[in-house]
Amino acid sequence: MQRISIDPITRLEGHGKIEIFLDEEGEVANTYFQIPELRGFERFCVGRPVEEMPLLTNRICGVCPEAHHMAAAKAADAVYKVDPPPAAKKLRELLYSAFYVTDHTTHFYALAGPDFIMGPEAPVAERNILGVIHKVGLEIGGKVIQARKFGHNVIEIIGGRKVHPCTSIPGGLTKGITEEQRREIEEMGRWAIEFAEFSLQLFDDIVLGNQEYVDLVLGDIYTHETYSIGLVDDHNKVNFYDGNVSVVAPDGERIGKYAPHEYTEWIAERVEPWTYLKFPYLKKVGWKGFVDGKDSGVYMATPLSRLNAADSMATPRSQEHYEKFYDTLGGKPVHQRLAIHWARLIELLYAAERWVELAADPEITSPNFHTVPTETPTEGVGIVEAPRGTLTHHYWTDERGILTRVNLVVGTTNNYAPISMSIKKAAEQLITKGSVVSEGLLNKIEMAFRAYDPCFGCATHSLPGRMPLKVTIRDVNGRPIDVLSQYC
Amino acid sequence: MSSTNGKPKFAMYWAASCGGCEIAVLNIHEKILDVDANFEVVFWPVAMDAKYKDVEAMPDKSILLTLFNGGIRNRENEEMAHLLRQKSQILVAFGSCACEGCIPGLANLSSKEDLFDTVYATVSTENKDNIRPQFTYQVPEGDLHIPEFYPFLRTLDQVVPVDYYMPGCPPESHQIAAVIDLVIKVIKGEAALPENGATIGANASTVCDDCPRQRNIKKITAFRRIQDVNNLDPEICLLEQGIPCNGPATRQGCGALCPQAGAQCIGCYGPADGVIDYGARLIAAFASVIDSNDPEEIDRIIDGIPDLAGQFYRFNLAGSLLGAAKPAWNGN
Repeated sequence: MQRISIDPITRLEGHGKIEIFLDEEGEVANTYFQIPELRGFERFCVGRPVEEMPLLTNRICGVCPEAHHMAAAKAADAVYKVDPPPAAKKLRELLYSAFYVTDHTTHFYALAGPDFIMGPEAPVAERNILGVIHKVGLEIGGKVIQARKFGHNVIEIIGGRKVHPCTSIPGGLTKGITEEQRREIEEMGRWAIEFAEFSLQLFDDIVLGNQEYVDLVLGDIYTHETYSIGLVDDHNKVNFYDGNVSVVAPDGERIGKYAPHEYTEWIAERVEPWTYLKFPYLKKVGWKGFVDGKDSGVYMATPLSRLNAADSMATPRSQEHYEKFYDTLGGKPVHQRLAIHWARLIELLYAAERWVELAADPEITSPNFHTVPTETPTEGVGIVEAPRGTLTHHYWTDERGILTRVNLVVGTTNNYAPISMSIKKAAEQLITKGSVVSEGLLNKIEMAFRAYDPCFGCATHSLPGRMPLKVTIRDVNGRPIDVLSQYC
Repeated sequence: MSSTNGKPKFAMYWAASCGGCEIAVLNIHEKILDVDANFEVVFWPVAMDAKYKDVEAMPDKSILLTLFNGGIRNRENEEMAHLLRQKSQILVAFGSCACEGCIPGLANLSSKEDLFDTVYATVSTENKDNIRPQFTYQVPEGDLHIPEFYPFLRTLDQVVPVDYYMPGCPPESHQIAAVIDLVIKVIKGEAALPENGATIGANASTVCDDCPRQRNIKKITAFRRIQDVNNLDPEICLLEQGIPCNGPATRQGCGALCPQAGAQCIGCYGPADGVIDYGARLIAAFASVIDSNDPEEIDRIIDGIPDLAGQFYRFNLAGSLLGAAKPAWNGN
């Protein structure tokens, strides 16, 4: 019997690690995906004033600080039971929509796109953003840079800085925007809508127009029938900034919706002694291990799950694509993980449309952007949809608003169990009777990662989609017989 | 990134960090092409297929410039710091984490056990058996390992000698671009390197020097928290309005972004030139604006700052004279 140890990253670089063990027959017995780092924000934020949380928790992740900034601001509002004025909420959501455009654009073109545009079998050296630009033309590269720039411009105008915004405080914001800034933001947003439509067309031409890719998307290797969760508004439409979390079973039944303060009734986290990261699962269903199905509390929190968990989109153009998505893929819910890429582009369009809606709202320039809190601070929960999953911040304070306890359930963490399952499934398909399809293994595992857009930035330091992998294949005595690697 | 022999070698690495430094570098946009044109990028996990083994195999001092971001939180961070020091002629502590510990350095107020006991026993954690991650753990199929978590976080220069410091959380992109321009001039013989140990990509003075807010005589009778203030004047110095703004002790370099957005400086660029202890300097600055000679009233005013450790050592606890609080030291 072989013992196959998949070690995604060397110990020294330690961005994460996978171990795969085979049974006596040479079939996969078990896999372990380990996260090697911890920083302890839940502990060291205790003692800090609650108004600093939007600034401190930005530093959990420099890739998506906007998500932490917003979840923290909403939790701090809740701690003071203060309702920010409409202009403040709209400005926060406007910043957040522009951030989504930037983030989803980066992911699709720089990280996921190469798999599709260059082809999943293309050499690693060509499967990157430069390869994409060479293939589809410099003009598209320019558009991608423009989309990122515009998004960051809006973040800076409203949030004060390009990275780690600083303007959200309990009760609203420290500043508003001028009419001139509003016009500038609206104009950039209109460009972003066209860019999103262009991106969906590109996906249509390159992926949906190619049977080989369609087969890959619809194939079994990345299919997991798990629960889906996502934030929805009062009409059960997708929303990134506000609302309740909808929970939909693998068969499409909505088993409930929870308000932010009810999250502990729905979500629990499991600790394993072999990794620093916890595994969240649906408490009402229970932890049954790394398995699919309605009896297993494993869920996903991704662009795809947000579409599955909602009834529709809140903007007209994204709704058209939403309908086409489910028509093409055979109805709701969709479980094929590679469809996350398509769902992400539909969200890109929604974010751009929402950006323009908010920028065109006359109230957005109101000087009434802050309400001074008057209640005694106690406890509060804030939830937003981070691009990589539902993000929950929960704070308790003393009567001065000094934190006494903090709990965080972070975006990507939601998907720790399903990502682990996708790794196992890829391994099972590529390892039979002790024989390993060595080339395919790295590629398939990497594609599984990329679909979820995992950002273990705080834990693994790999930017989304670039999971360093090292695979060591060992014989029965634990002796390495082959080593494969990329990005490390 | 193209790879042409003969060009000076460049590396960038992240240890315990959030990734914001990398985003700041990517935000220099077309300037990235200058890096590509003037350097051979030999190791940069975010931007290229980087092989650790290749770095290990390089002759010592063969990399001209390494930008190292992130603090030293675990064994693997420390080993990477030693390796890149050995291979680099110029090692830059890049960003607040590497320079002074940044926000993750606040973990040095607590012991390692306290951090674990908090994280693995939160309200949403189901952990009846009180499980904690183990550096080595035996599963039925064999042993699993994760890197050893150190009792406290260290800055880069507490682990290896550092040539230059580039502060900021993250360093502003225009400062990064300016530093790249300078290094290219040095390579071409058109400029000299700054003195070893210098702070680069920032100025010597304080954030106040960049702040357009109007400054009058500061006399305050109370510190106020930003959410409690209605109608904060957008033109007047925040400290003068009682907001505990860290500008007077913080190094100039960001362009006073936060105060211009109506938010107080929180100190991410670290201590200004000549400041040995950031917290001590800030305490002096705050003390000088308190408008009272009555000890009891002074106490009352200071009580308006609700978190002294965080206010004065928010970004630089790990790099300060203090370094860590007693519980963390005891864990060593």
